[in-house]
Amino acid sequence: MTPPSPPSEVIEDTVRAEWGRILASLIKTLGDFQLAEDCLQDAIVSAMQHWTRNGLPRAPAAWLITVARRKAIDRLRRAATHDRHTAELSHLIDLENQPIEADVIPDKRLEMIFTCCHPALDRSVQVALTLRTLGGLTTEEIAHAFLTSPQAMAQRLVRAKRKIAVAGIPYVIPDADVLPDRLVAVLQVIYLIFNEGYAATSGDRLTRVALSDEAIRLARIVALLMPDAAEVRGLLALMLLHDSRRSARVDDAKQMIPLSDQDRSLWDKHKITEGTAILKSALLQQRVGPYQLQAAISGVHAAAASWDTTDWQEITSLYGLLYQMQPTPVVGINHAVALSYVAGPDKALAQLDLLASPDALAKYQPYHAARADLLTRAGDIDAARRAYDAAIALSENQQERAFLMAKCAALP
Amino acid sequence: MQFMCLIYSQEGTGPQPGTPEFGPFMKGYQDFTAKIKDEGKMIAGDALQDVSTATTVSVRDGKTETIDGPFAETKEQLGGYYLLDCENLDEALKYAAMIPSADYGRIEVRPVVVWDN
Repeated sequence: MTPPSPPSEVIEDTVRAEWGRILASLIKTLGDFQLAEDCLQDAIVSAMQHWTRNGLPRAPAAWLITVARRKAIDRLRRAATHDRHTAELSHLIDLENQPIEADVIPDKRLEMIFTCCHPALDRSVQVALTLRTLGGLTTEEIAHAFLTSPQAMAQRLVRAKRKIAVAGIPYVIPDADVLPDRLVAVLQVIYLIFNEGYAATSGDRLTRVALSDEAIRLARIVALLMPDAAEVRGLLALMLLHDSRRSARVDDAKQMIPLSDQDRSLWDKHKITEGTAILKSALLQQRVGPYQLQAAISGVHAAAASWDTTDWQEITSLYGLLYQMQPTPVVGINHAVALSYVAGPDKALAQLDLLASPDALAKYQPYHAARADLLTRAGDIDAARRAYDAAIALSENQQERAFLMAKCAALP
Repeated sequence: MQFMCLIYSQEGTGPQPGTPEFGPFMKGYQDFTAKIKDEGKMIAGDALQDVSTATTVSVRDGKTETIDGPFAETKEQLGGYYLLDCENLDEALKYAAMIPSADYGRIEVRPVVVWDN
């Protein structure tokens, strides 16, 4: 009896779920990004035909990788440079004779994410390549998310894959001496993907939400494969906690709602519970880092029943610790704002003045937005209005600008 | 793989002959060269005379043009090179970062083309 044919969405979901793992394993075996990707594409085309006819195989991943390897053998045999590929071919033919089970496909996703985020590649290329290789996003989807044309994105990816091959960028987990720095780059790429989806610096927000989900998925993979890296779980917790507020952040008219005014019943309890648990397990390792501290801050907000009952003392000290590790303007500003709820707006304004030379902050929108709010609360309405004007002029995002204009218009 | 590490620096910067820093700087080069020889990574390496000695040759329409000076008038000039035999880019970058001039100038790392046949 023929099993019922699965709907095409089931096939697409299966392929999507297995893409990163299969591609990473193929790249490692074939030593060639482009060849691996082409063969996997061939295998997916086959899968669409076979699975629709015969139903899903018992182990779809094993099916795909077996077919992809056969496609690789075909392609290498056909290739004009046949002689150079003799070693690869015999290796593939050896593999061909061994049956594979889904659970023994070697997981090379960690090696691959380090390759995609290699410092010899430009940051924007690292992001695109990570989304393509491990996320399985199509070139069109990535181009759409980053507001470039599919042709330009395709070209960028082809160049990146060529550089990896020609420059000798390895498919390995970096040596211990460079691993910490390299992991920082991987986490930055994941967080950048998350923020592209979450903050949307420009353009239509809705098309980008998938990027936040993708970043969380990538962090889960890295956390699974590097269980001892506390900061990986710190980042995962941070993103889950931020993301728990997704539906409360924007109103029906797509206007941004600040944390203070959000309907907390809309916060996703499951994400909060999971994020908090992951953060706790990370903190137990006693290797605190910036992501864990930011997650802890987000966690204090998540635990508060309302803005007014938030533990600002705790948030202020967490920002203080964070500022010691990352003395950046944004952390300094947030520290001052948190302090304002403990010690009042005047103290916070004084602290803001100590931060850095005003020149450096003059073009920094969050600085003016924070000052505007603190000045309003301190009762200096004229200065608040000037600060709002400066912040509005520096805003690049429609939602943010509308929010600030409304605040400014509401001044007495 | 073979990697060419091209050592670029701005002439007149970094430790200069006759200064107390120059001895340790040159010793750094001796140590680095000894290290990569010991570790089987060294294929070749040389220092170049300064750019005022450079001559650039080009052939256009069958006519050879010879120009006094380096190809590009930039602040940082090619001062020397190492040709290394390394497993991959990560290893090449690790050694490139040990070249003493990396502290003052820049090291450009490029794989050497392997021709078929």
